[in-house]
Amino acid sequence: MSVLLRVHDLAINYGHIEAVKGITFHLNTGEITALVGANGAGKSTTLLGLSGLLRPVRGHVLFEDEDITHLSPHQIVRRGVVQVAEGRAILTTLTVSENLALGAYTRRDRAGIADSLEEVFHLFPRLRDRGNQLAGNLSGGEQQMLAIGRALMARPRLMLLDEPSMGLAPLLVQEIFRTLVDINRSGLTVLLVEQNVRQALKIARHGYVMETGHVVLADSGANLLHDPRVAEAYLGG
Amino acid sequence: MEWLDNFWSTYNTLVYSIGVHALLALSIWLTLACGLLSMANAAFMGIGAYVSALLSLNAGWPFAAVLVAAGVAPALVALIIGIPTLRLSGVYLAMATLAFGEVVRITVLNLEITGGPEGLNGIPQSTQGWHIVAILAFVVYGLTRMQRSRVGRAFESIREDDVAASLMGIDVARYKLFAFVLGAAMAGVAGGLNAHFTFFISPREYGFENAVDILTMAVLGGTGSLVGPMLGAAILTLLPELLRFLNEFRGIFNGIVLVLVVLFLPKGIWEPRRIKALFARGGGK
Repeated sequence: MSVLLRVHDLAINYGHIEAVKGITFHLNTGEITALVGANGAGKSTTLLGLSGLLRPVRGHVLFEDEDITHLSPHQIVRRGVVQVAEGRAILTTLTVSENLALGAYTRRDRAGIADSLEEVFHLFPRLRDRGNQLAGNLSGGEQQMLAIGRALMARPRLMLLDEPSMGLAPLLVQEIFRTLVDINRSGLTVLLVEQNVRQALKIARHGYVMETGHVVLADSGANLLHDPRVAEAYLGG
Repeated sequence: MEWLDNFWSTYNTLVYSIGVHALLALSIWLTLACGLLSMANAAFMGIGAYVSALLSLNAGWPFAAVLVAAGVAPALVALIIGIPTLRLSGVYLAMATLAFGEVVRITVLNLEITGGPEGLNGIPQSTQGWHIVAILAFVVYGLTRMQRSRVGRAFESIREDDVAASLMGIDVARYKLFAFVLGAAMAGVAGGLNAHFTFFISPREYGFENAVDILTMAVLGGTGSLVGPMLGAAILTLLPELLRFLNEFRGIFNGIVLVLVVLFLPKGIWEPRRIKALFARGGGK
């Protein structure tokens, strides 16, 4: 199994707070990996560090053996690492189609972009119906679909997801997670950051549990799901 | 056609001013389109005005070359101050650019070559109506093309949400700098044109109030399209003249008009979506 992304001793400060205190983990090519933990554990900060929005104070991020630790966000996107931001970060005054077109900003291959658009519409048929509507008028679930669709338009090789279940009804969460499994089957490597620990570990091959800035557990998703320590802390006993 | 000649000789500077103000309003529209609240455009206009006036007076450059210099000089200054300041956002950028404007004004006020507080006199009146029209047309054409290009889409997403824009692979810092520098060049050319028909320039014309005026033109007209800033420039240039009969109450009335527009038309007078709706309703009758 080849390693796509390797994180070594990564430390990130958020203002004056040391939010991530030297974590080490890796993502295998073609797998879904979950990074789970309670609110404030440092999961989102880790993602912001990987996508270049926060500058790490220590450590390294290697993507396909290239050091991307100190690259700018747009350079990291161009390498194929695309983040679906928490709070969805869609452009509410633009239409659904315009949002998706902007997702392919780094690409110049018109034919390939059209193919990607078809794939996104295939995964999320509702986006096709709403193509000309303002993204701000979409429901929460549809906005999350649009955010994921927009990230796919960049044709990433690694997709970083920050709390895709946030603020969504349980049925919608299941739908989104099913789609993530579909996307992963098509060959995309996924790093999933979640507070919805049970759902995340169900679909993840490997998982890491974070607490107060440290990785405290690392195992396969299935093992973590049945680990008594995880069950007690995150799954309600 | 005697009345036309009379009208023109009385009001030609007013018509020229509308054109120059339209150029200025478009220059700040460009930075606003990229989500930057820059208050430095009056200072950039001043740099353009002084550089061009000095080249005309002391070096005897031809007018075309003078205008190019009027654009290039502030663009270079914008490039230098833009790299550190454009990391700021919102009101902090406004403060930094305001401070820069004061630095420029005070520098001009105290230099010998710029004539200090007395300014520069006897600048050749080289600007002709068609110069202003041609440059304005060129700028509007260029900005329209830009709006529909990749650059325009990048600007739009940066203005909406610059974090989201960077996560889509857009080089946010570079585009902001581009908008800032290009805006400075446009303001500088406007300054050069202005200096060459008003005959006289002084530091007073490029201070804080003028920076606010330029911003007001764009916001009053509406920043949703290119028409808005130009309309705002025309209104704010004409309004003081039309209100001349109010004598000393003129400023007050001017202010009231502004307050009413901001209260009832927060997106400016020219808002494409509303105007479309207005025509649709009219056609339905």
